[in-house]
Amino acid sequence: MTEPLLKVENLRIELTTRAGVTPVIDNLSFELGHGENISFVGESGCGKSMTALSIMGLLPEGVGRIASGSIQFHGEELTTASTERLRDIRGNEISMIFQEPMTSLNPVYTVGEQIAEVLRAHQGLSKKAAWDMAAELLDAVRIPNAKSRVGDYPFQMSGGQRQRVMIAMALACKPKILIADEPTTALDVTVQAQIFDLLRDLRRNTGTSIIMITHDMGAVAEMAERMIVMYAGRNAEIGPVDQIIDRPRHPYTKGLISCVPHIVANLTEERHDLTEVPGIVPSLQEFGKNRCLFASRCNLRTDECLRERPPAREFENGQKADCWHAEEL
Amino acid sequence: MDGAVNFLRVTLIRVFYAVILLIAVLILNFSLMHMAPGDVADTIAQAAGGIDAEALEQIRREYGLDQPFLVQLGRYIGNVLRFDLGYSFFYSDKVTSLILSRLPATLLLVITAQLLALVVGVILGVFSARKPNGILSHFVTFLALFGYSAPVFWTGLLMLVIFSLMIPIFPVAGMRDVTIEGGFFAQAFDIARHLVLPMITLSSIFLALYSRLARATMMEVLGSDYVRTAKAKGLTNRQVVYKHALKNSLSPVITLAGLQLSAVVSGAVLVETVFSWPGLGTLAFQSILARDTPLILGILFFSALVVIVGNLLTDLALRLVDPRVGGKK
Amino acid sequence: MSDPVTVLEEEIEKARHPFTEAWEMFRRNHAALVALVVLTGVVIMAIIGPALYGRDPYDMVWTPFTRPGENWDFILGTDYLGRDLLAMIISGTRVSIIIGLAAAFVSVFIGVTVGALVGFYRGWVEEVLMRFTEFFQVLPTLLFSMVIVALFGASLPMIVLAIGVVSWTAVARITRAEFLRIRELEYVTASRASGARNGKLMFRVILPNALPPIIVQSALMVGSAILFEAGLAFLGLTDPNVVSWGQIIGSNRTYFLDASFTVTIPGVAIFVTVLCISLVGDGLNDALNPKLRAR
Repeated sequence: MTEPLLKVENLRIELTTRAGVTPVIDNLSFELGHGENISFVGESGCGKSMTALSIMGLLPEGVGRIASGSIQFHGEELTTASTERLRDIRGNEISMIFQEPMTSLNPVYTVGEQIAEVLRAHQGLSKKAAWDMAAELLDAVRIPNAKSRVGDYPFQMSGGQRQRVMIAMALACKPKILIADEPTTALDVTVQAQIFDLLRDLRRNTGTSIIMITHDMGAVAEMAERMIVMYAGRNAEIGPVDQIIDRPRHPYTKGLISCVPHIVANLTEERHDLTEVPGIVPSLQEFGKNRCLFASRCNLRTDECLRERPPAREFENGQKADCWHAEEL
Repeated sequence: MDGAVNFLRVTLIRVFYAVILLIAVLILNFSLMHMAPGDVADTIAQAAGGIDAEALEQIRREYGLDQPFLVQLGRYIGNVLRFDLGYSFFYSDKVTSLILSRLPATLLLVITAQLLALVVGVILGVFSARKPNGILSHFVTFLALFGYSAPVFWTGLLMLVIFSLMIPIFPVAGMRDVTIEGGFFAQAFDIARHLVLPMITLSSIFLALYSRLARATMMEVLGSDYVRTAKAKGLTNRQVVYKHALKNSLSPVITLAGLQLSAVVSGAVLVETVFSWPGLGTLAFQSILARDTPLILGILFFSALVVIVGNLLTDLALRLVDPRVGGKK
Repeated sequence: MSDPVTVLEEEIEKARHPFTEAWEMFRRNHAALVALVVLTGVVIMAIIGPALYGRDPYDMVWTPFTRPGENWDFILGTDYLGRDLLAMIISGTRVSIIIGLAAAFVSVFIGVTVGALVGFYRGWVEEVLMRFTEFFQVLPTLLFSMVIVALFGASLPMIVLAIGVVSWTAVARITRAEFLRIRELEYVTASRASGARNGKLMFRVILPNALPPIIVQSALMVGSAILFEAGLAFLGLTDPNVVSWGQIIGSNRTYFLDASFTVTIPGVAIFVTVLCISLVGDGLNDALNPKLRAR
């Protein structure tokens, strides 16, 4: 196998709050291949967005920091890279779109200006060339009348259109990796489908790898080849999407999947009872303790779950689950 | 273009409201004059050192003071439209020409002080927002408290004691030194030298307000989604702060500056009195000592005019920094 | 007494009382706490100071322009008429504080009334009152009150009125913003649905919930009214027979190049008082504004 595009190993991110230092990401490892689409799944607060921000080198200053582990992009270590180098990579080789299209664009500049800015920063395009390119990009993300809309301000656009602008901006420099942090959560259902279509087509045309962060299992099943289920800052389960949906090896994954009736029905042709994952996410103080953090919500809980953090159990095709009872599932 | 038409329409509405406001000021002026004990005839009589009752009646008839209120009001407004605000018996001159001769000095003081407060306030706000616990940040807090709590005339007097008496760098009073000869630049330099202390004194109140607000909005803006987007694009810190964040934090400060206009003019009255600056403020002070009612009311009218024009300009400035203003509605 | 259950109940009881909670928040702001102590001192001085010090502030007691410290009988020195500056400051405290409170009351009264009406009603009431407020916003406040005092005389009530009438717009703005926010909330809709009249909605339902920022602003208004009075007095627009801090500065201003202490000392009194009021205002803001508590 060739070297992966992105390789994250034993990543630990600590957040300093008034209550003390908390590992919001605790020993996370994964790889992303060329042109691959991997999805991060989990409830809010499980560290999905933190992972994305750490790859971008955008952890909140003075609050969050990478404590240990490595992030390698094309074999280049990012955790120790200079700020200048990271800036070169951001928006150029790795770019990101965010959850809130309504507030993620600067309200006082035209969308054209905001797209052109990336091109000028990274590719040294002239003002004119960057502006023309911005119009082309708007057209590529299927905004009608792109030539005239390029001079619009964000407030003159709908949420879906703004997210398209964000995508155009992110793809402007033909990045190797696009990180999409809950790109459709704030949008209407019909618009959601359109944005997913767009992302899928763009990926097919450009070969960009996508890291998609979501809590929507439906989107995962539609978009991604592999998925990572995260719980309380830790890896719960990782592996090929179809295989995991077919046979989850972690009780949390199982719970998440059974929350979404149609995926199960489509993929396995059988109906499970629709259930929910009982209980709530552990508080930040719980993070980092040497035991299974899901145990309090788990019906398979045994003594060893409370005694020690479960190690990863490996299955075929690289499926791994951090659970003492993975084989039983 | 659509925008231009809209712009013109909004501006026209603004101007229309401004005219109505001015007429309201005139009505207030006239009513005050009418309600106050003693009238123009009494003033003349006083100036002449006492006249008998018959002569007094004669004067009343001449000035139309025996007419009904509304007729007098109509005539007053008509006169004002013809730029006639009455006659100052104390100065033996037309009120309009007196005011126009003093207006430039006041405008010079008010505009420079306001600009100084805005520019320095925003700079202080931006720098201190980037380091919320730094020395500069504490300085801004201190400045805000001082500026708010110190009577402006007292600040002025302290400035005089320090910078004219103890360290004689700046002149004690007035706007120019009559002994100075020379061309335009020598004169301009002389005026600038006289301007420094009054300008700093007047701007101290507003500098405090603006720097505090600028810091608060800047901190908010720096944490906003679109600043995160700008960082994710790989822009330099400078671009993020001075292009993306700064322009967004300007509009609240400009709005506040607009609201402060009448306070700036009020402050100018005190500052001018302290520094014997030959503007409308000292004129107002003297006219009140002399009980010169037409002159006082003329000054009130003109200063309201200054504030109204200032408000229109503020609106314009606001629309320059924020495309959303005027776009809606 | 040390029974944990009773302690817990006491804690709950304590936490339940809103004033206790507000006081807890206030106490955390040390600057505000110090300011409150100083302010209490100033108020006590205003009440019993003149009786305690005993010297008549209007009496010419010593050589004019005696510097502070020159004669220990007159610690702060004497003014241009040879009056004891300390006696004047003590007696001026009362006037300045009374004017500050009364003028703030007038402006808060007008401001809350106008702001409530503008924030509650739509249509012509809103339109007319907005123009009315705008009108007062464009009149330079100090000039306007100078005109009022100049035309109608410089008695204390007239000065209070002149200050109050020109400075209510800030209160109105805040009240309106709060009313606009609150009138859309569910509990207002609920009491509207249960048939509450407009008057009740405005003053019994919305106003109590709009109070926190209004209270903070009212505290600040006292400070700015004191500054305002000082400004008027400095210009000589005050009752010459009543000593206030601003009046001391105004009457000594002409001589200040020779005896700057006659101006600086009363200025310090104004500065410290207004500073303490704004610090207390900050503390009130912490105590009453739950949005900022998280910070």
